[in-house]
Amino acid sequence: MILILKDAWTIASKDLSNEIKTKQTIGMMVIFSSLVVLIFSFAFDPTNNMVKAVIPGLVWLITVFSGILGLNRSFLSEHENDALTGLRSAPIDPSSIYLGKVLANFILVTAVQIVSIPVLFLLFDYRFFGKVSWFILVVIIGTLGFIIVGTFLAALSANAKNSEMLLPVLLLPLLSPLLIAGVQATRIILENEVIADASSWIRLMAAYDLLFLAACFFLFEFIMEGS
Amino acid sequence: MLFLIRIYYGGVLMKKNTGIIDRLLLFTLIPSFFIALYLIFIWSPVERIMGASQKIFYFHVGSAWVAFLAFGVVGYYSVRVLIKPRLQHHINAGISAEIGVLFTTITLITGMIWGKSSWNTWWTWEPRLATTLILWFIYVAYLFVRKMDGSTDKIARLSAVFGIIGVINVPIVFMAIRWWNTKLHPVVFGEGKNQSGGGIEPDMLVALLFSIFTITVLYAFLMRKGIEIEKMRHIVKKAKSKAIEKLAG
Repeated sequence: MILILKDAWTIASKDLSNEIKTKQTIGMMVIFSSLVVLIFSFAFDPTNNMVKAVIPGLVWLITVFSGILGLNRSFLSEHENDALTGLRSAPIDPSSIYLGKVLANFILVTAVQIVSIPVLFLLFDYRFFGKVSWFILVVIIGTLGFIIVGTFLAALSANAKNSEMLLPVLLLPLLSPLLIAGVQATRIILENEVIADASSWIRLMAAYDLLFLAACFFLFEFIMEGS
Repeated sequence: MLFLIRIYYGGVLMKKNTGIIDRLLLFTLIPSFFIALYLIFIWSPVERIMGASQKIFYFHVGSAWVAFLAFGVVGYYSVRVLIKPRLQHHINAGISAEIGVLFTTITLITGMIWGKSSWNTWWTWEPRLATTLILWFIYVAYLFVRKMDGSTDKIARLSAVFGIIGVINVPIVFMAIRWWNTKLHPVVFGEGKNQSGGGIEPDMLVALLFSIFTITVLYAFLMRKGIEIEKMRHIVKKAKSKAIEKLAG
């Protein structure tokens, strides 16, 4: 198990150092998520008071939209020079490839969120009343679930020619319970209602994370197998 | 009628050992369809408040049941593909998914029509509606995975993996949406809010159970036909590539 984690960290650090060098994906993701906020400010008049109600949903929309861009890259970039075959033939467990990619994508998307969520609150002039620690907890659990399923499906759809189009079609229906729970929990925390109400949603998200982490962990070798 | 005859002769022309089951299914299917129509439209009582529009209920529930059943079958064969990769399991899962899309669509459309007449709205974000819609999207995504290009082995594996993930997801979707918003749908069977449910007239129950039976037989029949056609397609594909090889060589 420790070996798997060690290999996973090696793969994640390879991806991250690659990203730090080029800064292509992360830059694109940050710009794209800011653009989504901009477009939404046209769609919903930001001077309107009603817009406060859609902020919790927007947090998740920008995460998912910009995240999909990063997820698409994470396995497609391995197709260059057929690096995926190299990974596959390396003397490591296929699950560690998965865990490494999850780790790298999670760090990437979290880095984007650190910029994009404050930008969202800033541009919509959102006054934050709830507890910041709870909000961060919900965002982390939700993003983790998104990345767990997203990385898995990115690996799956990377086999197709039109993988950029296929990934959202596969991913969004599977994400729906997580998004419902995430939006509800975020709304409760941001509006500073009773935190206990949010805890059942947080538990649902945690259960989703664990269940899909286990399922994807075991099924991943079937995706990597063969050609 | 011409359609039925063609299906019948199709059955006759097939291999003898599978033909008997198919004929048996067909000859249960046709009379039971007429009996189901009789039970639904003439025999069962008219609902007091909703009137005749309630009759759609029998088709709606039947096809919803088959939609979920078909998805269960997809999950079952997906697991079997992963345990022991065989073309038969792969074909079974695919055909079940195709029929599942058909019945999910029927469920959604009949549900919308019924909703319009009894709730006066085409759509409402209620647990079962939203779950069915998401189920539909997962089914379609599954079919997209099957349409990917690559070797049959690879597609069988990838689609099986996606099928399993999709089946795991359905109950979670249902729970999530149930917590999110539960208002309109009457809980007819099992526990409702007051643990009793709305209940159903015995005559209606008979008609309902019979129509569910009929639609399930229809599912089994379509499933067998679809599998047979898909197998033929594979045989033709093989023969074609063989012929091409011969011509090229």
